[in-house]
Amino acid sequence: MKNNANSIWFLIGILLFIYGVLIAAAGIYGWFVPPAHPVELWRLHAGIWWGALLFAMGLFYIIRFRIK
Amino acid sequence: MSSFTCTLAAAAPATSLISLGPVDIAIVVIYFLFVIGIGLYLKRFTKTGNDFFMAGREMTAWIAGLSFISANLGALELLGWAGAAYQYGILAVHWYWIGAIPAMLFLGIVMMPFYYVCKTNSVPGYLQLRYGGGTRALAAICFAVMTILMSGINMFAMAIVMRVVLGWNLHLSIWVSSLTVGLYVGLGGLLSAIFNEVLQFMLIWLGALLVPILGLYQAGGWNGMVHKIERNVANGASYVHAWSTLGHFSTNPMGINWVGIVFGLGAVLSMGYWTTDFLVVQRVMAAKDLRSAKMAPIIGAAFKMFVPFIVILPGLLGLALLPMKLYPQNYVQAHPAQHLFSYNEVLPLMLVRYCGPGLLGLGVTALIAGFMSGMAGNISAFATVWTYDIYRPMINSRAGDAHYVAMGRWCTALGVLASIATAYLAMHFQSIMDYVQALFSFFIAPLFGTVVLGMLWKRATKAGGFWGLLAGTLSSIAMYLLVKFDPPLLRYIALSDRAKPMADDMFRALWCFLIGVAVTVIVSLATPPVAAGELRGLVLGCTDIPSEKRYPLIHRPIFWAVLIFAGLVVLNILFW
Repeated sequence: MKNNANSIWFLIGILLFIYGVLIAAAGIYGWFVPPAHPVELWRLHAGIWWGALLFAMGLFYIIRFRIK
Repeated sequence: MSSFTCTLAAAAPATSLISLGPVDIAIVVIYFLFVIGIGLYLKRFTKTGNDFFMAGREMTAWIAGLSFISANLGALELLGWAGAAYQYGILAVHWYWIGAIPAMLFLGIVMMPFYYVCKTNSVPGYLQLRYGGGTRALAAICFAVMTILMSGINMFAMAIVMRVVLGWNLHLSIWVSSLTVGLYVGLGGLLSAIFNEVLQFMLIWLGALLVPILGLYQAGGWNGMVHKIERNVANGASYVHAWSTLGHFSTNPMGINWVGIVFGLGAVLSMGYWTTDFLVVQRVMAAKDLRSAKMAPIIGAAFKMFVPFIVILPGLLGLALLPMKLYPQNYVQAHPAQHLFSYNEVLPLMLVRYCGPGLLGLGVTALIAGFMSGMAGNISAFATVWTYDIYRPMINSRAGDAHYVAMGRWCTALGVLASIATAYLAMHFQSIMDYVQALFSFFIAPLFGTVVLGMLWKRATKAGGFWGLLAGTLSSIAMYLLVKFDPPLLRYIALSDRAKPMADDMFRALWCFLIGVAVTVIVSLATPPVAAGELRGLVLGCTDIPSEKRYPLIHRPIFWAVLIFAGLVVLNILFW
């Protein structure tokens, strides 16, 4: 296990990366095709920048803690 | 330490609060597949008992610390305390600050060296070394039974939340989520539980953090939120001050005073929970060395200090921003035709308010992750206590290591099934939920007295420890029953006729702790002292605790503990 102590961060990176892609994509789709009942503060497009944040975090964890 | 009132069962909603789209469902499904995948991946690393029950004692301070806090950060904790913040205002923050931080720092600096140096596998294991088999058996059996009952009750309450919030089938929620937890804990043991808890910790934060950010933006910052609360709520000023309203029982929404908060909650109840509840302590015991074991709860304390940002603040923002008024659960149940919302639904309501497709799935995943981390904590702690503190000493002490690992895996499966059975029991006898939650609290405060005296007072004897724990527990039960059957008696226990039920828990904890300590001291002084040789590694003054002077200041646990305590003081002054 000692050699894989970083693997938890790597796995978290993968999940955040996938979630980032999905959430940002949903946010971009919503920008072009506005929903019938938008949420409060919809104009801020939180899905896009929050998805981008998850994507960036995921990418960082994947690279920084990649399993060798 | 959840405030969630488990009385939602009758509240079958006509429609669910949240409707998930395809992206949201994909996010939830990916999460389930991922946690099972982690269990499968880690199975190869869990071959011995030390691997399965103690995660090989190889966890870094960060992993152990995040797991330590995540095991406590269950979904009911999130929903319950957000609801409590809506109901009682910022007073709920005391359960995160004075009701957690000092205890976590005390565990790291004072108690962890003894737990770690004696190399015990569990808290009942420490009691066996310090006070003998009787005290261990009492604590282990109480803990095992209560853990499984609590796990089942939390599972049922979570399934109810899923039904109310998402419209999910009750039975499907119970079986799918509990079998998933059973699968990954059974495969990878504590290691798998800890890894998933770290993952769940990240998801909880990332799923819930948008609500306070967007809420504060919409409210116009902290001052804007306070202004809106004062406008929306009668006596709104008392909802936004943490200490200035605690001079008397009648000047705050919670009906408690500072004595109950400081001594009942801060000095006894939270100390008992954070330092002796094996559910959380087990995570720290898995640290790779003593310095990591001391740092883990300190790291946990640093994060705990900011949890109110994702739990308490959404409750306060709900008071300021939600267009509808929320009500107590029993009132909502009594008026089903009006389609009212309860306090406990404030966090889902805030999620729905701000989170569109994708973000909503992440928020719901955060709630599910919270539930699973809490249940995995219960199940893995139960498997360890059953195998090491009940099965091995009392039933089969001669088996090999492989047998105990197999027993741990079977025990995990049985624990899940027993939890499911408890969930169904709670479905038919809802009053059992309140009783079991109360039962669990009976053992926490007296156990803290027994353990802390054992660590800090050489003169405490085996008989003193056993009778002190028993007396403290029985006195707690007696006080609970007295108030249950004759509510006016609360004024004697809480020292005021204006005290409300929340004060009952605090003062009962304080009294039963004092009774337990008094009995331990009296019986110990009346019985022969334990030989110094038997106390080595267990008690202050008889234990060689490795010095940390060889580390630079910035790497010493005491440095960070002092820093975090100073931060705690500043926060309390800021929100006075």
